[in-house]
Amino acid sequence: MNFGVMIEALPDLIGGLWLTLGLVALALVLGFVIALPTALARLSRWAPLRLVAWAYVFFFRGTPLLVQIFLIYYGLSQFEGIRASFLWTILREPFWCTLIAQALNTGAYTAEVFRGGILSVAHNQIEAARAVGMSPATTFRRIIWPQTIKQALPAYGNEMILMVKASSLASTVTLMDITGVARTLAAETYMPIEIYTMAGAIYLALTFAMSQIIHMLEWKMDVTRARK
Amino acid sequence: MFNLEGFGHLLLQGTLMTIQLALVSLAFGLAFGLIGATMKLSRFGILRLLAGIYTALIRGIPELMVILFVYYGGVILLNNFAGWLGYDGYIDVSAFGAGVAALSLTFGAYATEIFRSAIRTVPTNQIEAARAIGMSPVTTFRRILLPQIWRFALPGLGNTFLIILKETALVSVIGLEELMRKTDIAVGYTKEPFTFFMFAALIYLAMTAFVMAVQQRLEKRANRGVAGRVMP
Repeated sequence: MNFGVMIEALPDLIGGLWLTLGLVALALVLGFVIALPTALARLSRWAPLRLVAWAYVFFFRGTPLLVQIFLIYYGLSQFEGIRASFLWTILREPFWCTLIAQALNTGAYTAEVFRGGILSVAHNQIEAARAVGMSPATTFRRIIWPQTIKQALPAYGNEMILMVKASSLASTVTLMDITGVARTLAAETYMPIEIYTMAGAIYLALTFAMSQIIHMLEWKMDVTRARK
Repeated sequence: MFNLEGFGHLLLQGTLMTIQLALVSLAFGLAFGLIGATMKLSRFGILRLLAGIYTALIRGIPELMVILFVYYGGVILLNNFAGWLGYDGYIDVSAFGAGVAALSLTFGAYATEIFRSAIRTVPTNQIEAARAIGMSPVTTFRRILLPQIWRFALPGLGNTFLIILKETALVSVIGLEELMRKTDIAVGYTKEPFTFFMFAALIYLAMTAFVMAVQQRLEKRANRGVAGRVMP
């Protein structure tokens, strides 16, 4: 082990960390925005809506993220119409393509997590809420959602950590995230063990920090704590 | 709908390679998982610690990073080790070997946790009873533990295999000619990225759907005799 190389690589790898963090944060927000309507659509009374949501979830959970990134980044350039349109300013950038793919991917997984959470809410609570005159929207906001998110948090937290790990695929479309920087440095220095160990340590710290935050949130949301 | 322009056989070869990679990784991964779970439930603190480090590392580091480390770093480590043993030739690591190592280590880490919690669902008095009537530890494991562990572990193992199946695509990064790499080659010739990547996506979709169907049948079979009872 050459520790000098490891220390020297650190500033560059930290530079990649910001891209990783930005990508994950944006993908999580977008994924959340996609997931909630998808979960509701999956539970809708309207069959076409259920079918569309099901197909979306099935496709994005059933194919590798790498294919999804390549489909958006390389695939869409096949169409003259897209290259001529204003969308091209976004879709020719590897960053936005990776972000879109990651958001759609995590959105599909998170939708299933939320769906499970919504289904866990006892049906008589919803009937009771309606009986006292709550509108469907208020019922969702006051009765269903607080219990959904509490029930779904462990699985959602897991998904967040998987998201951090999945962001390393950004390096396959030339982005300089932690993995991208590490791959470049490893090729330049011929010291893959040192460089990848250092990069792995950064990921480990990142995923550990995230799991701690999630544990804290779970602890805060556990309303039965005081009674125990 | 899809005009593959004569690249169909190329994609088929890639698909077969992907299946091979996934199945070999599954076999090694199951072995790693059983070893890991046994270590985690061991009386010896050092074994528990080692297994803990193993699962923590694999679960906290991206699979792509593990693949890169095993492929580029593994060659160096292996040759240093061989040199230390007195072998002075050069050992090469194939992309397939590195892929199997990385994917089975990943599968093994998740399987360790799955097996561990499955083993703990079997009441210890069953094991004591088996030993009391004179079963050897091996027979106890095979006749008493394994059928019950299998039932509890199947859902988790199936899901983990689905993850591994999709992660085989990452091994294309180190040049293994599996489905993604072959698709990439076809794209290079035809300049039709959407057609080919979409076709590859549908092949992956068909494979995951097949695995899910098999998983369902196995679960049904493993749960025969306990139907209707609520699973813990």
